[in-house]
Amino acid sequence: MNAILTHLPFVIAVTVAIAGLAVVLWRRNLIHVLMGMSLVESAVNLFLVALGYRHDAVAPIYTGLRDGGEGVRMVLPTVQALTLTAIVIGLATTAMMLSLVIVIHRHYGTTDVRDVRRLRE
Amino acid sequence: MNLSCCCSTHSPALAVALPLLGAMLVMLIPAERRPQLRGIVFFLAAALGAFAAISAAGWALALGSCDYVFGAGPAFGLPEGALGRGAAGAVPIRIVFHIDAAGALMLLIAAVTSTAAALYALRSEEGTTALPAFQPLYLLLVAGVYGMVATGDAFNFFVFLEITSLAGAALAACRIDRGLAAEAGLKYAAISSLGGLSYLAGVGLLLARHDLLNIAALSQAIQGGGPSATDYAALGLMALPLAMKAGTVPMHQWTPDTYSRAPHPVSAFLLISSQASLFGLFRVAFTLFGAPVVSTTSLGAFLAVLAALSMFVGVTMAIPQHDVKRLISHHAVSQTGYMLLGASVALAVLGDAEKTAAFGRDALAGSLFHMMNYAIYNGLLFLAAGAVVWRTGKRNLDDMGGLGRAMPVTMLCFGIGALAIAGIPPMSGFASKWVLYESVFRYSPLLAIVAMVVSLLTLASFVKVFQAMFLGPARKHLAEVKEVPLAMAFPMLLLALATIAIGLFPDVVMQRLLLPAADALLK
Repeated sequence: MNAILTHLPFVIAVTVAIAGLAVVLWRRNLIHVLMGMSLVESAVNLFLVALGYRHDAVAPIYTGLRDGGEGVRMVLPTVQALTLTAIVIGLATTAMMLSLVIVIHRHYGTTDVRDVRRLRE
Repeated sequence: MNLSCCCSTHSPALAVALPLLGAMLVMLIPAERRPQLRGIVFFLAAALGAFAAISAAGWALALGSCDYVFGAGPAFGLPEGALGRGAAGAVPIRIVFHIDAAGALMLLIAAVTSTAAALYALRSEEGTTALPAFQPLYLLLVAGVYGMVATGDAFNFFVFLEITSLAGAALAACRIDRGLAAEAGLKYAAISSLGGLSYLAGVGLLLARHDLLNIAALSQAIQGGGPSATDYAALGLMALPLAMKAGTVPMHQWTPDTYSRAPHPVSAFLLISSQASLFGLFRVAFTLFGAPVVSTTSLGAFLAVLAALSMFVGVTMAIPQHDVKRLISHHAVSQTGYMLLGASVALAVLGDAEKTAAFGRDALAGSLFHMMNYAIYNGLLFLAAGAVVWRTGKRNLDDMGGLGRAMPVTMLCFGIGALAIAGIPPMSGFASKWVLYESVFRYSPLLAIVAMVVSLLTLASFVKVFQAMFLGPARKHLAEVKEVPLAMAFPMLLLALATIAIGLFPDVVMQRLLLPAADALLK
C-alpha cells in the first residue's frame, strides 16, 4: 500500500502528460491543442513537486517553526522554486500562444489545424 | 589568477543584464513621438551587451575559464563546492555562469551577429507597424542567447531557453502579415514549448537522482558514479528537444516557416538562437553526460544519421523554392546538418581516446568552426536578401532580375555569402567544410561524400538565386530601385569582411579559438 502511495504522483504525472500529448496530436481545434500543452506542462510541474515531497515533513517555511525547528523535517524547497518559475514561464507561453491564435482566427476565420497551413503553399 | 579577479569585472552578468535593461527602457519610450531616441537606446543596449559579452569571452579565453557566482561578492567567498569542485558534502546551490573556451566562442559569435543585425534593423524596421514590439523583443532574444551559452546551471539554462523561445516566437509573429507570420510564430512557440518541457523533465530526473543542478557538479556525479537508467532517460529527454530546436531533420518543419516570415534582421539572429540550442546539445552530450554515458549509447551514430538527412533534405527542399527567404531557410537546415555532423562523429568516438585524438577532436573543432562561419555568412545572406526584399517589395525570385546595376553593394555581399555557403575558397565556408570532410572521412567515407555532394547542390542552388536576383535584363517594375542606405550596407559589409578574413586565416582562428573550445567540451 505504501509503495503504491509513494509512486502514485509519478504515475499520475505520466498519465496526464500522455493525455496532454494525445490532445496535442489528435485534436484539430487550436484552442484544444493549447489546452493539451497546458496539461503536459502541469504534468511536468506535478512531477517536479512530487520529487521533493516527504510523507512526514512540513512546508519549508522557517519562520513558522516552534522551538527553532529542532527535529522537524521539511519537504525539499528547491523543486518548489523550480516549479514556481516553470509556472510563470508556462503562463507567459500560454498567453502568447492564445493571442497568436486570436490573430490567426481574425485573419483566417478558423482555428482548425487543417486550415491553418497557408505557409506550406 | 584567482577567481575574484575575473568576477570583479561583472562582464558575464552585464552581458545578460544590459540587453534586459535595454528591453525595459525601450518599452518606456513612446514609439511614435520619440522614434530616434528609441532607436539609439535600442542599439546602445545591443552594442553594450555585445561589448560585455566580448569582454567576458576575452577573460574566459585568457584564463581558460571564467566563473561568475550570482548573489555572492568576492568578500563573502564562494560556498564550498559552488563550482562543483569543492569538498564532498558541500551543497552547490548558487546560480553560476561558467564560461569556458566553448562558451566564449559562442558569446563572440552572438555578440558580432547581434550587433550587426541591430544596426541593420535601425533602418530596415523604421516606421513599420511591428517596430514597437520588435525592439524590446529583439533585446530579450539577445539576452536569452547570451544566458544560454554562459550559464553553468541546468535549470537556469531552461529559463534562458524559454526566454529565447518566447522572444523568438513573438518576433517571428510580430509582422502579422495577413496571419502568415502569426502562424509561423505559433508553430515555433508550440514546438519550443513542448521541447522546453521535455528538457525540464530531464532536469527533474537528474535532480531526483543526484540532488544537483549545477552542470559541473552534475557531470562529476554522473560520470563518477557509473551510468544509471535515470541518466539515460534524462539524456534522451534533454538531447532530443535541443536537436529539434536547432532545426535538424526530422523535426525541421518549423525552420523555413519561422525564418522566412520573421523580419529580416531577426531571421539573421534567429540562426544564433538555434545555434545556442545546438550548443546546449553539445553541452548536454559532451560536458554533462560525457564519455561514460554517451559512449555506451548509439547517440553519436544516431545524430550522424540525422545530420546527413538534414544536409540532404534541406538542400533538396531548397532547390525548387521561389521565395528567396524560404530558400535560404531551407539551406539553414542543410547547414545545421554540417554543424551536427562533426560533433556527432566526435560523440561516436568519444569513448575511444585514440580515435578522439586522431580525428574526433578535429571533427568537433570543424563543427564549431562551421557554426562560427555559418552564423556570419548565413546572417549575411539573410541581411542581403532582406535588403533586396526591402527595396523591391518582392519575395519571389521570378519577380526579380537585373538588380546588380541598382544594388551593387548588396550584390557583392550576397555573392560573398553565397560563395561561402557553397564552400568555395577563399571564403570561410570552404575552410570549415574542409576540416569536416577530412575528419568525417576517417569515421565514415560515406558521410563525407554526402557532405561533398550537398555542397555541390548548394552551389547550384545559389548560382540560380544569384542569377535570378542580380543578373539578366533590368525589369520594368524595378526601375526605381536604389541601393540600400549606409546603415544597412555597413553591417553587411562588416559580415562580408569577416567571411573573407576567416577564410584567409583559418589557422589563426583554429589555434586561438576552435581547438581550445573543442578541448573544453571534450574535457
